[in-house]
Amino acid sequence: MTGAAPQSAAASRLPAIDEMKIVRRGRRLDVQFAVLGLFALTLSMLVLLSLILDMAADGLARIDLQFLTSFPSRRPEEAGILSAWVGTTLVMITTAVLAIPLGVGAGIYLEEYAPRNFLTSVIEINVTNLAGVPSIIYGLLALGLFVQVFALGETIFVAGLTLALLILPIVIVATREAIRSVPLEIREAAFGVGADRWQVAWNFILPMARPGILTGAIVGMSRAIGETAPVITIGALTFIAFLPPPPVQAEFPFVNFDWLNSPFTVMPIQMFNWVSRPQAGFHVNAAATGLILLVMTLLMNGVAIWLRYRIRSRR
Amino acid sequence: MAALQNPVATLTADGLIGSLPESAARAALADGAVSQLAIETKDSVAEAEVKNRAEVRNLSFFYGEKQALFNVSLPIVDRKVTALIGPSGCGKSTLLRSFNRMHDLYPGNRYEGEIRLYPENVNIVGPDVDPMLVRLRIGMVFQKPNPFPKSIYENVAAGLRVRGIKAKSVLDERVEWSLTRAALWDEVKDRLQESAYGLSGGQQQRLCIARALAPDPEIVLLDEPTSALDPIATSRIEELVSNLSEVVTIVIVTHNMQQAARVSDFTAFMHLGELVEYDMTARIFMSPRETRTQDYITGRFS
Amino acid sequence: MTFTDNPGSEGFGRSALAVSPQFLRRRRLVGLLMRAVLFAMALVSVLVTAGIVYVLISESAKFFAHVSIVDFLTDTEWTPVFENPRFGIVTLVSGTFVSSLIALLVAVPLGTILAIYISEFAQPRLREIVKPCLELLAGVPTVAFGYFALLFLTPIFRQFIPGLSGFNLLVPGIVMGIMILPYIVSVSEDAMSAVPASLREGAYALGFTRLQTAVRVVIPGAFSGVTAAFILGMSRAVGETMVVAIAAGQQAKIAYNPLEGAATITAYIVQISLGDLPHGSIAYLTIFAAGLTLFLMTLAFNVVAFWLRRRYREVY
Repeated sequence: MTGAAPQSAAASRLPAIDEMKIVRRGRRLDVQFAVLGLFALTLSMLVLLSLILDMAADGLARIDLQFLTSFPSRRPEEAGILSAWVGTTLVMITTAVLAIPLGVGAGIYLEEYAPRNFLTSVIEINVTNLAGVPSIIYGLLALGLFVQVFALGETIFVAGLTLALLILPIVIVATREAIRSVPLEIREAAFGVGADRWQVAWNFILPMARPGILTGAIVGMSRAIGETAPVITIGALTFIAFLPPPPVQAEFPFVNFDWLNSPFTVMPIQMFNWVSRPQAGFHVNAAATGLILLVMTLLMNGVAIWLRYRIRSRR
Repeated sequence: MAALQNPVATLTADGLIGSLPESAARAALADGAVSQLAIETKDSVAEAEVKNRAEVRNLSFFYGEKQALFNVSLPIVDRKVTALIGPSGCGKSTLLRSFNRMHDLYPGNRYEGEIRLYPENVNIVGPDVDPMLVRLRIGMVFQKPNPFPKSIYENVAAGLRVRGIKAKSVLDERVEWSLTRAALWDEVKDRLQESAYGLSGGQQQRLCIARALAPDPEIVLLDEPTSALDPIATSRIEELVSNLSEVVTIVIVTHNMQQAARVSDFTAFMHLGELVEYDMTARIFMSPRETRTQDYITGRFS
Repeated sequence: MTFTDNPGSEGFGRSALAVSPQFLRRRRLVGLLMRAVLFAMALVSVLVTAGIVYVLISESAKFFAHVSIVDFLTDTEWTPVFENPRFGIVTLVSGTFVSSLIALLVAVPLGTILAIYISEFAQPRLREIVKPCLELLAGVPTVAFGYFALLFLTPIFRQFIPGLSGFNLLVPGIVMGIMILPYIVSVSEDAMSAVPASLREGAYALGFTRLQTAVRVVIPGAFSGVTAAFILGMSRAVGETMVVAIAAGQQAKIAYNPLEGAATITAYIVQISLGDLPHGSIAYLTIFAAGLTLFLMTLAFNVVAFWLRRRYREVY
């Protein structure tokens, strides 16, 4: 039955249309688009998968104890990432110690203390803006200010500080969202019980916001581990055949902070250095390093995703 | 009649007991509505003396540009239950929240007038008074039970910890006393370390009452405490509110008139931000003076 | 009357539980101290921006003391380390521009399709799987993408495209497209879900198909947000360093041909940082001038994107 227009006394008539054909065509286009969407999805996942598999295929075999405990060398078979992963670990510790308190503190201030005025808007705009600044600019900041003007040198501390500033917006935003998700009634009850602003924030709001903040911290650290550009710009050397001084020592006071002032390298830089060499042997090393980095970042992001899922389902 | 003098208020003839024949005054004493009675033998005029814990004096409140309370004045009698009733939007919750400066948490709010707290005789809505300090003396129980995500013990102890009280013996003692007074102790004494969220709605609200009681506040404010609860939980809480007034002054907001009649000693009826009538509860409900009060009580409007 | 059954309390007006003035004083001091500390922490972000601006401008000022801005902007060669150095930033900008354009050509269609699919077509369960997968993609270190571009994709592409050289702009461009895909999808999808359900329902009620609703109702309703997503993606591609540093080569030239390599602003900065140029020299100062250019470009993109997002947020 075709869609005959309803006859009416007035002359207005809808033209005869084939309703079934329109419906069928619309449905077909919908299906086609759904297929296209799935295709786009598959394509991107395929890229991710092939990246992982390629790096594993090239580099998995290379990862052994020798690789993990050797210094870089002119000969690819003898080269290892010892200085690189030690450097990464030390830099990451510095980054975490700097970024997390700073970011959480700034987040608490912006959510719990800041009045709605011009200065607060300036701070918020700055945080948003910094999130979009290319990472290499942070490297230039560190080079021009920390290394040269403050004469701190090309050290682990400067690298940690630079990366901490880089991931600061991530931690701040995560903290603010976590604090905002604490229900209003808990906040009112806390004030109602006679707590002052700091007590409310520290004793009541923060414990509830902790999982969200943790998620943000993990995502931030995962980003920091893989960052290469700013660290290169600071002047991290790529051929480091020594380790920074150890943080623990046998004599009093048992902890040592000399390592903060030490030159260093990190894994992404080592990988970059090897990838830039023509010899295939170094490419294998690069793949191995990359695989380790990949596993670390995928794991950290996976934990963050799982945490976020748990938070949401608990609500 | 002598004018209002702190800390003792003389009820004047304007709306309260004031001048009564001696027999009526003694009846009021027996009622429990007054705690002291001074009789002047000269002309048999009895002057009833009642202690006030607080007094609202010409209080106006503004949410930004919008005025929500218009020149409200009423006494809050010590260790009695005062109920604030009225239709939605009449300002009863606004008035209640002025007592513990909850409005200060949100920008743009403004008080005019005073709420005096006795015996210090301080205007607690004054700009020179720190809201945090007020909340240390005046506690609140909210409409929807809102325990902290902590253990039962820690919920009750929260108010004490916030005041710097850390000694376990004091905490233990106060926690037990508060939970007992809130008629919850027997139900939770064996599971004090368990999460407060494991309790039922009625139990959580009693926990919130215990939490408000623990720091020995001078006034406890109850903001429609049973409106989110079932009838059985409601009646348990009404029962305990009456008992609570032995130890602490209570101001309760309720939209349920029968509840006000059941639990309170004094009632204030509010409408459109004004105080329409304030009197002993029995008087308000049995022989109100204002037409509006009469209309509300008989259900003409709600 | 005393109330002996209220332990710790002493009746009207006084209580052993009364808060001691010392405690109040201490609490007030702690409160003030923490407020100051937290405020200082919040100010750090302002200090960082100030620091970046200061470094870029002061070092570039030293550079522009020797090189005219006109030359900088109009010269077509970039040879800072040569005997007669030329400082035409357009050279580096062209490399950045071409690679980012290729990235957008990949990411915009793919990202829009994905965003529409996730927002309008996919089952909620599929959505729960897809979004984390994109997050994982976003978490991959850029060096890994660089390796992938140079050592895996370029050889494969060279099989199919005869003129493709070992270092080129095409492959890093495509890889950057995949890299910025999660950002574009995420921002677009946010914008689309802000479109109220009532608008969609109205469309369906009129007999629109899913695709028609998406294209004729949702996208126009989320237009500024989706455009903001594209601009943010562009900004990200422009600022990307490692992929191009590894796979696009170091040759600074006007990038006419994506099949050949060319240096981008970011790759150039890396190249100089790895080298041994003395810190005060003109050639060395070029990285700050280049950095300033990059900073201004991404700032412009971010400001426009921010303004666009604010606009669509106000509409609803």
